[in-house]
Amino acid sequence: MDLYEWQAKELLAKHGVPTTKQVVVTTPEQARAAAEQLGGGPVMVKAQVKTGGRGKAGGVKFAPTADDAEKHARAILGMDIKGHTVHSVLISQAADIGTEYYLSFLLDRTNRAYLAMCSAEGGMEIEELAVEKPHALARVAIDPVAGVDRAKAEEIAVQANLPEAIRDQAVDVIVKLWDVFTGEEATLVEVNPLVRTPDDQVLALDGKVTLDDNADFRHEDVHATYRDMSATDPLEVRAKEKNLNYVKLDGQVGIIGNGAGLVMSTLDVVAYAGEKHSVKPANFLDIGGGASAEVMANGLEIILSDPSVRSVFVNVFGGITSCDAVANGIVSALSLLEGRGEQLTRPLVVRLDGNNAAEGRRILTERAHELIEQVDTMDGAAQRAAELAAAGQGNGAA
Amino acid sequence: MAIWLTEKSRVIVQGMTGSEGQRHTRRMVASGTDVVGGVNPRKAGTDVDGIPVFATVSEAMTETGADVSVVFVPPAFTRDASIEAVDAGIPLLVVITEGIPVQDTAYFYNYAREQSATRIIGPNCPGLISPGKSNAGIIPADITKPGRIGLVSKSGTLTYQMMYELRDIGFSTCVGIGGDPVVGTTHIDCLAAFQDDAETDAIVMIGEIGGDAEERAAEFIKANVTKPVVGYVAGFTAPEGKTMGHAGAIVSGSSGTAQAKKEALEAVGVRVGKTPSETASLMREILTGK
Repeated sequence: MDLYEWQAKELLAKHGVPTTKQVVVTTPEQARAAAEQLGGGPVMVKAQVKTGGRGKAGGVKFAPTADDAEKHARAILGMDIKGHTVHSVLISQAADIGTEYYLSFLLDRTNRAYLAMCSAEGGMEIEELAVEKPHALARVAIDPVAGVDRAKAEEIAVQANLPEAIRDQAVDVIVKLWDVFTGEEATLVEVNPLVRTPDDQVLALDGKVTLDDNADFRHEDVHATYRDMSATDPLEVRAKEKNLNYVKLDGQVGIIGNGAGLVMSTLDVVAYAGEKHSVKPANFLDIGGGASAEVMANGLEIILSDPSVRSVFVNVFGGITSCDAVANGIVSALSLLEGRGEQLTRPLVVRLDGNNAAEGRRILTERAHELIEQVDTMDGAAQRAAELAAAGQGNGAA
Repeated sequence: MAIWLTEKSRVIVQGMTGSEGQRHTRRMVASGTDVVGGVNPRKAGTDVDGIPVFATVSEAMTETGADVSVVFVPPAFTRDASIEAVDAGIPLLVVITEGIPVQDTAYFYNYAREQSATRIIGPNCPGLISPGKSNAGIIPADITKPGRIGLVSKSGTLTYQMMYELRDIGFSTCVGIGGDPVVGTTHIDCLAAFQDDAETDAIVMIGEIGGDAEERAAEFIKANVTKPVVGYVAGFTAPEGKTMGHAGAIVSGSSGTAQAKKEALEAVGVRVGKTPSETASLMREILTGK
């Protein structure tokens, strides 16, 4: 989970990283009040969206007075930055910037370890920094067993050429940032910029943190508090409440399958088949192993409540899952839907293969629902689901 | 021969007394695996279907001569269970558990690398099978037969799909390496082992979005693999920044895309199928000329 800047800075402060005072607001009037609360200015007014390039988009402004803070907040709230609507702005104390540095810890998938990156020449995005000033960017491998102690932090600061005058403070910040990384179970913590003020204070002016979703169970407090349902698709929120692994896409063929790899593959195969019909997959939905009738019904319900869905492709390879259980799941799902006063309104193409496939197919044949069609192969079923979606789109069926 | 898992392998199960552990222990036994023990400190002295439960991995190894451990313990306890197995010196550790915090995996993977010769497969994986010989994990044994194809895949169900599609030719060993950002055994490790395995004639490699493991595997193939390799990559339609089921399956910015992986593989002469079925056909063509 990516955090907003204000959340990231809150975590930095929690672990003792020096940063500026801040208030997050959702209206221009609150922005004025926040600026006054922070001493009347000057403050920074910063759009809170989970994407880079806010400054260039006009989403970050300097406000000398509370009046200016209100004015800038009015302009920034509601702004669209790379497809993200700005719902909140951060009002933070402006700092005198002497020099800008860069500092981060991240998971290094390639080396199956962590990486510290630090540069005395900051003030630009890391991607730019890596290209334009690679010589100035220190990359220090971190052993997950040994971790980061003061000596390792010193090594990072020295390799990055951080100046002697603030070296001790910088080492402090590096150690504390490592505490954020491990204490909160992040896969990325970044401070950009880390600044040196004219009076030699070291301050984190911006923060970026990605938390590991697999670690949620150890951090109910922080991870749950920061989970941002408002920024997520409403169907994704509903699916999450039902413990379904669902991602909304913008096509017309609803997809249900078992296993993340097979479902990803199903999306691709439907996309190829859909090219000549101008239809695309509508979602990712992995029902996992041992799909019960209830899971199948919940999945179908989510997919059918997406108005752009014109057909549904159920693609199951029975490995551990037995296909007769899946077929029974589909049959019970139909009954469950009927019990809820709903019914199947769009065609379902089902491909069952593997463990007990013959029995599964027999069960569906016996149920003989007019909107359920069975196809033997994954490629053939994808083709059929795409055709049905195109036909459904043509006559505007609901 | 096969790789890492043979008819001589003696398997223990950490977490054998839990519901998943029991269920899959029975499946492993049914597919011919020599399951010699289980581990659960609170249930030592009991048994599952006559298979004895020991208090520690070390004791189980001493008593049974086990050389493979399959881990089914819940995510919160997997790090400690894995470290225990590494400390006991188990040669092969297969971690099935899904949902392990990545800092736990990074820790026990590096701990094992520094402390011992333990090979870790997974986590978040279906394990590995050498059909007709042994089965360590949750891969269904009866959907394929023994043969001369080696298979390595990040995805469980795509592993099964491919095993089933090519069941007429059969497999030496199939390894599900897992879909997490950090895994103990990589595509490259498997490619190297298959290249050296006298019972493997050709290799199917299945990848998916996220990270750069497939790109690095392509480099490795170019330099080291002379056996034919056929590839498949899932996730062409995955949107940027969304995790697609597997914790590691995410396109970040422009990195980790399926297109880049496919191009990297094709650039070194690996034929890449557009669908799993087409991939199976490419392999059949190579091995049978049909």
